[in-house]
Amino acid sequence: MQYLVSVIDERTNSGTPDEMRAIGDFNDRLRAGGHWVFAAGLAAPSTATVIDGRGEQPVFTDGPFIESKEHMAGFWIIDAPDLDVALELMAEGSRACNRRVEVRPILVV
Amino acid sequence: MSPIDARDAITRAHHEEWARVVASLAKRFGDLDIAEDAASEAFVIAVERWPADGVPPNPGAWLTTTANRKAIDRIRREHKRDDKHREALMLRDDDPPEPLGAIDDDRLRLIFICCHPALALEARVALTLRMVGGLTVTEIARGFLVPESTMAQRITRAKGKVAAARIPYRVPSAHDLPERVAGVLAVLFLIFNEGYLATGADTDPVRADLTAEAIRLTRLIRTLLPDDGEVAGLLALMLLTEARRPARVSPGGELVPLGEQDRRAWDHALIEEGHVLVRERLDSGVAPGRFQLLAAINAVHTDARDARDTDWSQVVALYDQLERLDPSPIVALNRAIAVAELAGPDAGLTIIDRLADALNGYHALHATRAELLRRLDRRTESRAAYDRAIALAGNTAETAYLARRRDELG
Repeated sequence: MQYLVSVIDERTNSGTPDEMRAIGDFNDRLRAGGHWVFAAGLAAPSTATVIDGRGEQPVFTDGPFIESKEHMAGFWIIDAPDLDVALELMAEGSRACNRRVEVRPILVV
Repeated sequence: MSPIDARDAITRAHHEEWARVVASLAKRFGDLDIAEDAASEAFVIAVERWPADGVPPNPGAWLTTTANRKAIDRIRREHKRDDKHREALMLRDDDPPEPLGAIDDDRLRLIFICCHPALALEARVALTLRMVGGLTVTEIARGFLVPESTMAQRITRAKGKVAAARIPYRVPSAHDLPERVAGVLAVLFLIFNEGYLATGADTDPVRADLTAEAIRLTRLIRTLLPDDGEVAGLLALMLLTEARRPARVSPGGELVPLGEQDRRAWDHALIEEGHVLVRERLDSGVAPGRFQLLAAINAVHTDARDARDTDWSQVVALYDQLERLDPSPIVALNRAIAVAELAGPDAGLTIIDRLADALNGYHALHATRAELLRRLDRRTESRAAYDRAIALAGNTAETAYLARRRDELG
């Protein structure tokens, strides 16, 4: 079962060297435990473009779909057998990156 | 078999076996929805069959078997195509019948699923009452004064999250057990309190069904975790509080405060059982937690033959200890009541005035202030405090009591 873990922040690319090191160590532990799938940081919401391709001509809109003070600044996709394991791992992840994180299951098709 | 005997047997089975049936199905099928629906269907069939065929020798086993069959029927209907996993589960029935008297882990597992920290507290309470307590959605909605559709939605949503986020069907591992048990106990205490001081204009002031259910579930946890001090403490606290219930509301529907209760009407068997638990915790020598301290305070109260014999210095000392553990304004308010008994109303009021900002919206603060001001003969201020308390109180018996006390001031 995979979970999307969003990192919630008010700024972008704001990790201090200490935080980046802690995240690196945490990622190594994810890999060692077989939980690692993918992770990345995201550029600022202001760099986003919303596309509506449902009409005849696609419409491109500058800026993010949702405007909010806090946004998704990065994410992990992790593999865990159940929510308890995911929560336990990401409690550690939240401590490592020093941000709040949201854990959300990815639908199984 | 008379229909009345059969009905009694079904009621008893519902009380005793509901959680066991739901728990064993939840474990086997990994789905709270299927478990609950199948258990309900099994009870419906019992209502049809038992009056005619007689009550089976082992009602729990009969209900589980019937519910299992119903669950398999439902899965067959819904997963005709390609759900191999479910198919495999259906064909496998590898659970050996559990020996009598063995620790029933299925039910504990069910309680921990319902009280999972990933669910909102209100959802935990609702799900626990439904899945473990067997209360209907209508009953739960009435208990918490929300429309039935809202409660149904809350329960459905919680079950949906259990399934979609894959909340595991297991008792948490040893290292996070203390934390999870604390959450479970908090839910059970909430259920108990809602029963003991029910809120709402159209609700009975005391709901014995809710207090009984909370006690039953706490007893269940105690049989499973006999060495956990806070479990014992919460059970003792509930028993000592429940023991006073018969004296707590007057025939006229008015709340009777502790000091004025007819102590002969208390349930002395429950008090004795509570005292045994409190003594057991004291003898353990382990530092008590919040529930154990609250239980100890209630043990002091129930120890006194007459309200005048209450050992208030002991009560204040216990509140001092509790305040160090839980420095909340509510604890401070309760401590102030005991201080007023020990050192006079002025001493109590001094503490209460410091809490006024934090607890301005809490009826008990104003009710306590009103009583203390009355003792100091500060009538105008007392009356204003009663008015404020009455406006904020949600319990009908309490409102009636406060209104009478206010009117006595003339």
